[in-house]
Amino acid sequence: MTPFNINKIRSEFPILSEKAYGKPLVYFDNAASSQKPKVVIDALVDYYSTTNANIHRGVHFLSQKASAAFDAVRDKVKTFINASSEREIIFVRGTTEAINLVASTYGRKNIGQGDEILISAMEHHSNIVPWQMLCEEKGAVLKVIPMNEKGELMMDQLPALLTDNTKFVSVVHISNSLGTMNPVKEIIRQAHAKGIPVLVDGAQSTAHEVIDVQDLDADFFTFSGHKLLAPTGIGCLYGKLHLLEAMPPYQGGGEMIASVSFEKTTYNEVPFKFEAGTPNIADVIALGTAIDYWNQLDRIAVAAWEKELLNYATKLISEIPTVRLIGTASEKASVVSFVIEGVNAMDAGMFLDTKGIAVRTGHHCTEPVMQFFKIPGTLRASFMFYNTKEEIDALAENLTKAIALLQTHSVA
Amino acid sequence: MSNLLEIEKEILSDFELFDTWEEKYHYIIELGQKLGPLEDKYKIDEYKIKGCQSSVWLNGEERDGKLYFSADSDSTFVKGEIALLMMVLSGQTPEDVLEAKLEFIDVLGLRQHIAVTRANGLASMIKQMKTYAFAMTNANK
Repeated sequence: MTPFNINKIRSEFPILSEKAYGKPLVYFDNAASSQKPKVVIDALVDYYSTTNANIHRGVHFLSQKASAAFDAVRDKVKTFINASSEREIIFVRGTTEAINLVASTYGRKNIGQGDEILISAMEHHSNIVPWQMLCEEKGAVLKVIPMNEKGELMMDQLPALLTDNTKFVSVVHISNSLGTMNPVKEIIRQAHAKGIPVLVDGAQSTAHEVIDVQDLDADFFTFSGHKLLAPTGIGCLYGKLHLLEAMPPYQGGGEMIASVSFEKTTYNEVPFKFEAGTPNIADVIALGTAIDYWNQLDRIAVAAWEKELLNYATKLISEIPTVRLIGTASEKASVVSFVIEGVNAMDAGMFLDTKGIAVRTGHHCTEPVMQFFKIPGTLRASFMFYNTKEEIDALAENLTKAIALLQTHSVA
Repeated sequence: MSNLLEIEKEILSDFELFDTWEEKYHYIIELGQKLGPLEDKYKIDEYKIKGCQSSVWLNGEERDGKLYFSADSDSTFVKGEIALLMMVLSGQTPEDVLEAKLEFIDVLGLRQHIAVTRANGLASMIKQMKTYAFAMTNANK
């Protein structure tokens, strides 16, 4: 374990020394996608330079080398989220595909007319739409755990929402637009008391929390590699083995079969049953490198630094006149979402962009959250452990400038 | 052809004064601020072009065979973009509006600074302006 050294860490991410319009890049769009350490970028180059071949089929040297590198990552992911078996890890494109997989297989098999699926008021569209599609197909009903003005789930409403008809619960661990950290362990406990399985959307949490799926007792857990230092296009679905084994396959093709004849095909065992076609070999291997990178970090020091960044940014930004924070939950990850009176969020975001500061503006794929707060969208700054207080100073300073410029110019 | 291309050329030479995206941003914001107000009666859904992160209200009117636009937006930057389009298209004949290629937008390099959804927003504004022109030419037949 190396001590937490921000300068050393920053030097490990090549993009952080890039410039935007000739100005030092300040990257505060980490909730959308994280940057990658050089080791992860190198892993991709190295794979294509020394190892590239299709896996699990070839008898030749390269195919065996690629297969071994690929297979090793499943075990790394297992340890990373503390699954009980590597067979519980399914490689997918990302959280969106993972949720769609569960909705189309577990959901299609187990959800019927009049059944209820419970989600929360702060879900990303990818944890809403797949369930709506399933509800439409099956005549099931989508129910929502409400939230309060701070952007916290109203847990006192949960017992009444877990009815005899509830057949599945799917909730986000950390909200991408509010930063709220949800009490998923308690949600799971209450759902399990009624025999209801729970999926946890870990797209945001996996990069900020040490995940232990057994401790959570989650039935399914999903994450996207690109939000935790790995490449785009790779993510994981964790599922309890007995659930995965009982689920029908997702897509048909190679790898997912045991044998095929024109009369009948028998399916391969879990996890291969869910991994039709040539997998995303290079990105899986680079995901393994990203996990190695996480493992050599002092996760406690990282969490403490991110908390410090969050508190510092919250203080600085909330002190700016006419700024209103959206999402003030007592348990929060390093996300600061806010609106400015009389200033369009996109106009302010573009102003910051001219200064080399990357933030996100808009509804962040959580339109129901924006409807709840009766706002069209927010500006969102989301921090990763490689961010600094000086960068937050630059954000606050330029926000003040943006407001001075845009509020005087505001017509409406 | 009218003076439409001349105006495009003038806008381009105005922008030549600016080297950076920051300067262009400020200029467009200023244009948005200078644009006159839109009458409240047009600030209704019928005149609204909904974009991903901003809304635009656009009205087109015929006077003496020419088409005049008025518009507003909840985004000052987008209002500046409309102002640019109006500098070129407002006061032209509907035929010229329909035929306008508006190549200056690409020369300005605005598209590289705005996400695809926003570039589509710009396209929606242009489409709506041309729709007014199309309606006007048809009405005059």
